Amino acid sequence: MNLAAQAAQTAQSPGFLSPSGVEVAFLLVGLVTLGAAVVSVTTKQLVHAALWLVVALGGLAVEYLLLTAEFIAWVQVLIYVGSVVVLLLFGLMLTKAPIGRSPDADSANRPVALAVATAAAAALVWVVADAFRTTWIELDGPARGTTGVTGEILFRHWVLPFEALSVLLLAALVGAIVLSRKKPEGERD
Amino acid sequence: MTTTTLAVLVPLLPFLGAAAGLAVGRTAPGFVRPLAVLPTLAAAVLAVLVAVRQGGNTVIEASTELTPTGSVPLTLGLHIDGFAALVAVLVGVVASCVQIYSTGYLRDDPRYPSYAALVSLFTAAMLLVVYSGDLMVLLVGWEIMGICSYFLVGHHWETPEARSASLKAFLVTKLGDVPFLFGLFALAADAGTFRIDGILATVASGGLDHPTVVALLLLAGVAGKSAQFPLHTWLPDAMAGPTPVSALIHAATMVAAGIYFVARLLPVFAASAAALTVLAVTAAVTMVGSALAALAQDDIKRVLAYSTIGQLGYMAGALAVGDRGAALFHLLSHAAFKALLFLAAGAVIHAAGTNSLTAMSRTGGLAKRIPDAYWTMTVALLALAAIPPFAGFFSKEAVLVAAEHTALGDRPGVPAGAGWTVLAAGLLTALLTAAYALRLWLRAFRGRGAEAPDHGRQPIAMTSVLWVLAVPSLGFGLGAFVLDDWFDGEPLTPTLTTAVLGTGLAVAGGAVTYAVWRTLAARAVPAAPAPHVAHPDADAGLVEAEALHLPHPAEDPADPGRALLGPLHGPAADGFRLDALYARAFVRPVLAAASLVRFLDREVVDTYVRGAAGTAKGLGWLVRRAQTGNVQTYLSALLAGSVVLAIAAVALANAFAGA
Amino acid sequence: MHLAYPAVLAALLFCVGLYGVLARRNAILVLMSLELMLNAVNLNLVAFDVWLRDALHAGQALTLFTIAVAAAEIGIGLAIVLMVYRNRGTADVDRLRDTAEAPRGTDEKAEAAA
Repeated sequence: MNLAAQAAQTAQSPGFLSPSGVEVAFLLVGLVTLGAAVVSVTTKQLVHAALWLVVALGGLAVEYLLLTAEFIAWVQVLIYVGSVVVLLLFGLMLTKAPIGRSPDADSANRPVALAVATAAAAALVWVVADAFRTTWIELDGPARGTTGVTGEILFRHWVLPFEALSVLLLAALVGAIVLSRKKPEGERD
Repeated sequence: MTTTTLAVLVPLLPFLGAAAGLAVGRTAPGFVRPLAVLPTLAAAVLAVLVAVRQGGNTVIEASTELTPTGSVPLTLGLHIDGFAALVAVLVGVVASCVQIYSTGYLRDDPRYPSYAALVSLFTAAMLLVVYSGDLMVLLVGWEIMGICSYFLVGHHWETPEARSASLKAFLVTKLGDVPFLFGLFALAADAGTFRIDGILATVASGGLDHPTVVALLLLAGVAGKSAQFPLHTWLPDAMAGPTPVSALIHAATMVAAGIYFVARLLPVFAASAAALTVLAVTAAVTMVGSALAALAQDDIKRVLAYSTIGQLGYMAGALAVGDRGAALFHLLSHAAFKALLFLAAGAVIHAAGTNSLTAMSRTGGLAKRIPDAYWTMTVALLALAAIPPFAGFFSKEAVLVAAEHTALGDRPGVPAGAGWTVLAAGLLTALLTAAYALRLWLRAFRGRGAEAPDHGRQPIAMTSVLWVLAVPSLGFGLGAFVLDDWFDGEPLTPTLTTAVLGTGLAVAGGAVTYAVWRTLAARAVPAAPAPHVAHPDADAGLVEAEALHLPHPAEDPADPGRALLGPLHGPAADGFRLDALYARAFVRPVLAAASLVRFLDREVVDTYVRGAAGTAKGLGWLVRRAQTGNVQTYLSALLAGSVVLAIAAVALANAFAGA
Repeated sequence: MHLAYPAVLAALLFCVGLYGVLARRNAILVLMSLELMLNAVNLNLVAFDVWLRDALHAGQALTLFTIAVAAAEIGIGLAIVLMVYRNRGTADVDRLRDTAEAPRGTDEKAEAAA
């Protein structure tokens, strides 16, 4: 893609001071998502963290919808909110995670982590904002990610990776079962 | 075979014998004795053949250049004139005698194989020096002799005396060899070649630019090898080696190499009157000093060592007055009777169980028990004292005649002062030589007291060799009438003046010594017998090695040397304290420098080393701190690094884009 | 819509996830933070796909794949965490320090204990 042509095309695109409705919605949902994510990684209550993660992932699903990627959005809801978070909750329960506030939820590495994350955020935001200041996404026209479109390209152009992925999933399935199987007494691994 | 082939075989055979002896010495002990004796004997026979074919006055020159070596070519060359042919015969004969004698002398020595191989190697090196027509090849033989003498003198390396003596011999001769090497380079730089005939041709045409410097540098090496003052101190100490080694190295070969070298290159030295004067003074000091020291020694072998130094002084004196014929004549006859003296002294030490003359003088019946050693040693001592008609008389007369000629100005180019110096010193030394020879004889064989413990019969290998060597000691003087053809053609026959003077002085010295001895012996109270090595049926070499440890008896009032020397006795017995002087002048500064270096190494250099190690260790400690095992820490560091890199990349890209 | 909005949101989400991965003690919380990071990437993929109007819909296809892989990853990861918990009685990341540089003398103690 010719970035120069793109830049020229978007030169007269609307500025940030007059946001469109989609943008306002995106911004609000984005703030909620970000806030939920921040709470999720900072809260002292482990189960709350998983629930806040649901909020964040759900917010992301809404963002996908706003970006006209419907299929992805529903997959996000189904897989992440529906299964991954449930799995995580199960994991928390199986490892006897304490209910309620646990003061040692964060490790001693926290200041370093904060510094690294802040620096990374600053650098990334600076670069991204600098690079895509004027780039405009044209959301009008046919939706990009309807189920029909997605299914068509997935089974027309991406069949081979899709099948390979199925093998990967199978392997992961077998692996997870083998790992979590309880050994008979006396047998050590 | 051509004469050249024969001549090449002469040094090669002992060398191969040495290599084979070293190779099979451990695995096949039965071969060691034949491998030691036969090649040397064959080399002696071949040397005689070469001498006969060479005939005395035709010079054999043969050389081959193995590989180009730059501006000054090196050649493997032979240069056999009358000197070389005769000296090679001498070396071969003496080496053969020594090898045969050693088979009996070191009969049961566990290190005999290496000893015999080293003697063979030494012989090969000396023959190489004798035959070589190229100074670099000569230097190779010269240095091999140095290292062989180190090993051979240190044969009894269990004893501290032998260790220090071998080191001293090596270091002192090396001290002379360094200027010697520079002298060779200077000579070759002037002459453009290392070939002896080329150098002599250059000298003859006056092409030598700095004859004095070259000659003096070379003289340093010669003084070291031939034990001339002031580098003679190693020779008396080197008597810690086995007696046959002393006979070979310190009588017949290595010390003769220096004299022989000067004789070969005499025109170079003759080109500088200063060098000749220095040589004459050195020879005179050496002669007189060593004769005085010999008179004061108690160890029989040290007496012989000092007498060797003195006789080498005679040869150096003959060279200083420009007569190499006389020098080589004396070299040949001296080698014969001095080798005989040393070998007989070995037999005496074996029989007496001590090397101390004082101890022997308190022992009776020595002469009867070892008649072979007694009679041959008498002959050799008469030769040493230059009593006619023994060999020493004729050769010493040749030296004195040459000195007289020079002193009277008959020889152009050589300062008359040198002649007078050598003549006076030679006559004085003749007196002293007779005195110490007679003292040695009287103390060793005319002792009174209990008999020493018996050490068994001496092997035939030892006694027969003594008689073989007694023949030239007795009759080689007749060579004076024949040998001038082989040398430069100058007459070697004695003249009346010097003969009467020299013999008279020798007889006078002997008479005075005898009178003093009689007086003292009549006056002396019987002293307690000195300690002996009592070791029935032991090897002669073993007895000698143990005798090295015996304490020498305290001052003996019956010693004629003490009475003759008077107040000089103490210094003379110490070799005029030259060793102490050297210790103060050289050894102590070197030791101080060594301790300084040690300090620098231990305290300064090692600090850096320890610091380097400590720094690495500290860094390692720091890095180890990072190994917490906490995956989050690792990941944090990794990501922090990535962020820094990314920011740096972006910042740089922006900076370049801006620029 | 400005591309900057989803891009910046994705960047911030990614960094929040990063912080969680580095700061959380419980291994399951670390996995959650990992999910946040993956989702940030997904958001990027979708946004750029929409912007570039790619004929192959590579961004959306890859997003689907990422979601699948993430599901597999969370399954395996949880299985590992469960096993660690079963063997050691803890799921705390900073207590799993077997690879640490052993302080001097620990080896002897361990041998003596064995």
